[in-house]
Amino acid sequence: MLKYLAKRLAMMVPLLIGITFISFVVMHLAPGSPVDLATTLNPKVSEIAMERLTKIYGLDKPVYEQYWNWLQRLAVLDFGRSFAPDGRPVLDKIAERLPITITINLLSLMLVLVVAVPIGVYSATHQGSVFDQATTVFVFVGFATPTFWLALLCMTLFGVHLGWLPISGIKSLDHAQMSWLGQLGDYARHLFLPVVVSAIGGLAGMSRYMRANMLEAVRQDYITTARAKGLSEVAVIYRHAMRNAMMPVITILGLSLPALIGGSVIFESIFAINGVGKLFYDAVMARDYPLVMGGLVLGAVLTLVGNLLADVSYGLADPRVRAS
Amino acid sequence: MSVQPGMFGDFQDRLRTNRLAMAGAVVVLVLVAVALLAPLVAPDDPNRIDVDAILLPPGPDHLFGTDELGRDVLSRMIYGARVSLEVGIVSAGIATLVGVLLGALAGYYGGWVEALIMRFVDIMLCFPTFFLILAVIAMLEPNILNIMAVIGLTSWMGVARLVRAEFLSLKERDYVTAARSLGAGDLRIIFRHILPNAMAPVLVAATLGVAGAILTESGLSFLGLGVQPPLASWGNILSQGKANIEIAWWLSLFPGLAILVTVLAYNLLGEGIRDALDPRLR
Amino acid sequence: MFLAAVWLVAGPVSAATAADTGGGIIIGTIGDATSMIPMITSDSASHEMSGYCYNGLLKYDRDLKLVGDLAQSWEVSPDGLTITFHLRRGVVFHDGKPYTSADALFNYRFMVNPKTPTAYSGDYLQVAKAEAPDPYTFRVTYKEPYAPGLASWTLPQMPAHLLRGVDVRKSPLNRHPIGTGPYRFKSWRPGAQVVLTYFDRYFRGRPYLDQVIYRVIPDMATLFLELRSGGVDWMGLTALQYRRQTNTPFFKRHYRKYRYPSSSYTYLGYNLRDPRFQDKRVRQALSYAIDKKEIIKGVLLGLGQVATGPYKPGTEWYNPKVRRYPYDPARARELLKAAGWSDHDGDGWLDKEGRRFEFVLMTNQGNQARTNTAVIIQHRLAKIGVKVDIRVIEWSAFVTEFINKGRFEAIVLGWTIPPDPDLFDVWHSSNIGPGKLNMTAYRNPELDRLLERARRTFDPARRKAYLDRVQVIMAEDQPYTFLYVPDALPVVHARFKGIVPAPAGISYDFIRWWVPKALQRHSLTR
Repeated sequence: MLKYLAKRLAMMVPLLIGITFISFVVMHLAPGSPVDLATTLNPKVSEIAMERLTKIYGLDKPVYEQYWNWLQRLAVLDFGRSFAPDGRPVLDKIAERLPITITINLLSLMLVLVVAVPIGVYSATHQGSVFDQATTVFVFVGFATPTFWLALLCMTLFGVHLGWLPISGIKSLDHAQMSWLGQLGDYARHLFLPVVVSAIGGLAGMSRYMRANMLEAVRQDYITTARAKGLSEVAVIYRHAMRNAMMPVITILGLSLPALIGGSVIFESIFAINGVGKLFYDAVMARDYPLVMGGLVLGAVLTLVGNLLADVSYGLADPRVRAS
Repeated sequence: MSVQPGMFGDFQDRLRTNRLAMAGAVVVLVLVAVALLAPLVAPDDPNRIDVDAILLPPGPDHLFGTDELGRDVLSRMIYGARVSLEVGIVSAGIATLVGVLLGALAGYYGGWVEALIMRFVDIMLCFPTFFLILAVIAMLEPNILNIMAVIGLTSWMGVARLVRAEFLSLKERDYVTAARSLGAGDLRIIFRHILPNAMAPVLVAATLGVAGAILTESGLSFLGLGVQPPLASWGNILSQGKANIEIAWWLSLFPGLAILVTVLAYNLLGEGIRDALDPRLR
Repeated sequence: MFLAAVWLVAGPVSAATAADTGGGIIIGTIGDATSMIPMITSDSASHEMSGYCYNGLLKYDRDLKLVGDLAQSWEVSPDGLTITFHLRRGVVFHDGKPYTSADALFNYRFMVNPKTPTAYSGDYLQVAKAEAPDPYTFRVTYKEPYAPGLASWTLPQMPAHLLRGVDVRKSPLNRHPIGTGPYRFKSWRPGAQVVLTYFDRYFRGRPYLDQVIYRVIPDMATLFLELRSGGVDWMGLTALQYRRQTNTPFFKRHYRKYRYPSSSYTYLGYNLRDPRFQDKRVRQALSYAIDKKEIIKGVLLGLGQVATGPYKPGTEWYNPKVRRYPYDPARARELLKAAGWSDHDGDGWLDKEGRRFEFVLMTNQGNQARTNTAVIIQHRLAKIGVKVDIRVIEWSAFVTEFINKGRFEAIVLGWTIPPDPDLFDVWHSSNIGPGKLNMTAYRNPELDRLLERARRTFDPARRKAYLDRVQVIMAEDQPYTFLYVPDALPVVHARFKGIVPAPAGISYDFIRWWVPKALQRHSLTR
């Protein structure tokens, strides 16, 4: 196992270099530079000013030199400073926006698990029933719904017309004046819509997946054996079938790790949430190279780590895999 | 699992009895027909501007209302079907093509070829897909060709893995050994013998891929990075809906519903094909 | 009746002295600031949110005339080369330290320092010498008389004692500004809000409102919803919101909307390097073929006016006596025919020497009004047989690939109309070139001379004479088809008093806005 881990970790390095190199080149090949937003089409900006800005950002050096400089600093975990006029460290800017994105994604994931797993199991054990067919249609519809559209509709209905839920942000203006419990409730009310809407798509996928796995598990020989042994149906389903069906879910959780830090820019601008999605979208538009690279590296690392965790935990859970 | 003789008839039977999948197929066919016959079906010129008729609600003259420039929304949605379907099908086509090619090569040759290709797949999978597409489109230029190419070139990874897995199991089959001993070259074996038998899961992936591409395109159009004006796309009608959320509910409702129904149809069809191909069900 | 009589006698002065202090205002804004040091940023949000923390040497009054701010008075030498500012006494920064000419000198040096990452050094580089002979006198000498230079002294004055010798990008003033302005900075939650509280030692007297809170809501529709639910007190409406969503009795009772021409205009620019657009008749024809009133109706819902040149109608620099181009497709066809363009092959499109009249119209992504304008232009030009293809391109790419390299045929863009009427940077032929602002490559020797002369004289009458002639030439030549000047449409909650619309807008006298005690909200919590 340790050997396997070591091998996988060693593999990560060339992968990371490949990712960062491709991203860097793509960003620099595309037209436009960080100096543009600050300077162009502004009568008060002079040529000298533009030259100065270019020098300050180090943009006059060739691409490979810029990449090498960046990589060297990355090796000591220095992600550099953002090219935006505030010049703050990249890590600071990302760290500032991460908590809310992670919170929403985590809550969403939990919601998905709590709802999707029982639905999947029940659908599988009652295959073909009205419940199964109805939930099939329901989750398919959920899967096919563009989330931003659903967000808009929910916001109009619950926020504007019914006034039950707040329409933007993560806390009210007088949040600081509330009691501890009040603050919690305030967060809950603000986060309700974003979490539920972003869970809908995942719900569909996860419950289908759970259903398929359960169906597969139930057909296995050991289930027939268990039934032949005279075990109650409950024991058969919940002790034996489900445990085996759950394992791929663990894999999914591992693979969901990078998604935890992924924010959707569309979503965030609809709900006026300050997440990483909008941060990176603006960074791309402004050609804020250090910030975009920082985000890509973070995402890539998390993906690789997530894959590793998923594989390792699968190996731990399933002795058959371990032996191979 | 791969196709064996006699299965096609079974496949068709199973698919036909799956009512949901059939519903999906019918919807897809209707949509394709509407898209192809747009000039005949649309009640009005989708680009006819009428500044006296801005943002009118649905009524006898305009069944789905009008948009920010007084253009008929129903007509725009019919022509928008063209864009959505075109982007969906071509993108999924590109993704399938690239994925099949790379997956076949990886699965058949193994060794360093496989290692290289699968590492490339891993790298591509590390990128947050929508963000990558958005960045590239923003930097190149939003137009229908770029969009199709970029979506296609960022969604082939799943197909590649599938095809490689199929090839790994299929290349040990008797008929392959037989073909090889008869002197057939590698390429011939790949394309004439193994590939046809590996296509089943690819078909499913391609169908589902169309749905995904349509969703992505509508997201891009929604952000203003979709097809160029004055082309109508369901996503860009929706973005007008967002801007006018309180006064023009029809701009939000109808295109959203259209996307929903189309994606749903493709998903149901794809799932139906998957169920029909799985000999272990029922 | 009696009350009205009392008011007439007492006049508005007593209304002002009866103002209550206290309460707060929430201003809604789409973009977040990037830094609180405005001169190293170029986004309007940064300038706006830090605005009330600073003063310049000069400022604009309600009629957009330059008046003294930190400078009590100033004089321009007879040869036009030297400006001497006499600074106010007794002004202090938010940290209590006094403001002197040493600060003014520092701020000038800051702007011309090559290490300062600012985009606005241009005006200050024209200065040959800057001196601070005594703590309350600041003098600048230019290489040549430079009329627009005066306006550059609205430069926000930052504290020398906190920035001297410090790398400006690392300074805490980026996140926590210190200035002399009516409001001092309290807090900034990035992406969410900025809070300012009143400065009790402000040299004009304490502002009436206790606090100013900027709330960042990146979406116009959401912002409007917040306005209605009381989460925001002041925002700028879109044309649609103004026309269709703000007419209910509820709205009229609780909010006041305002409407006045904004300081910007939108235009269709032709690349004059393109041989097709070099013929003046073609440009004039296209101007006749485009129905600007239709665009104003369609894009602005009528909330704007036709632009005839680069100045705002109703201001002192605007010349109404220029050639106009009302919608006249017949005249357009005539002119095009005279220039050699007609439908020789009967396909519905105009052509000349076998080539169809077809061009690409570009604009930047992210601005729906411009996109819609382009679509309407395309529609109208099709009616006279000119084919237009629209390309919407992301801003950074648009600028580097197409504008800066001159690789475009026609563009729809806009300019802000600054209070100072100097047009040199955009219209002089020396500004044709990569990265420069004369993007259409317009070259007119008479115009050049007039612009040079207008720059070098401080006498308003002579300046006006030159610039009037400039407008006449531009209207005749049509290097742009000037399209429209949109209206600014701010809306403020009705509880705020003291708002008087003027050419400068409504916020020129913001420190005198007040709320009656009973209606105050968002007061400072003790």
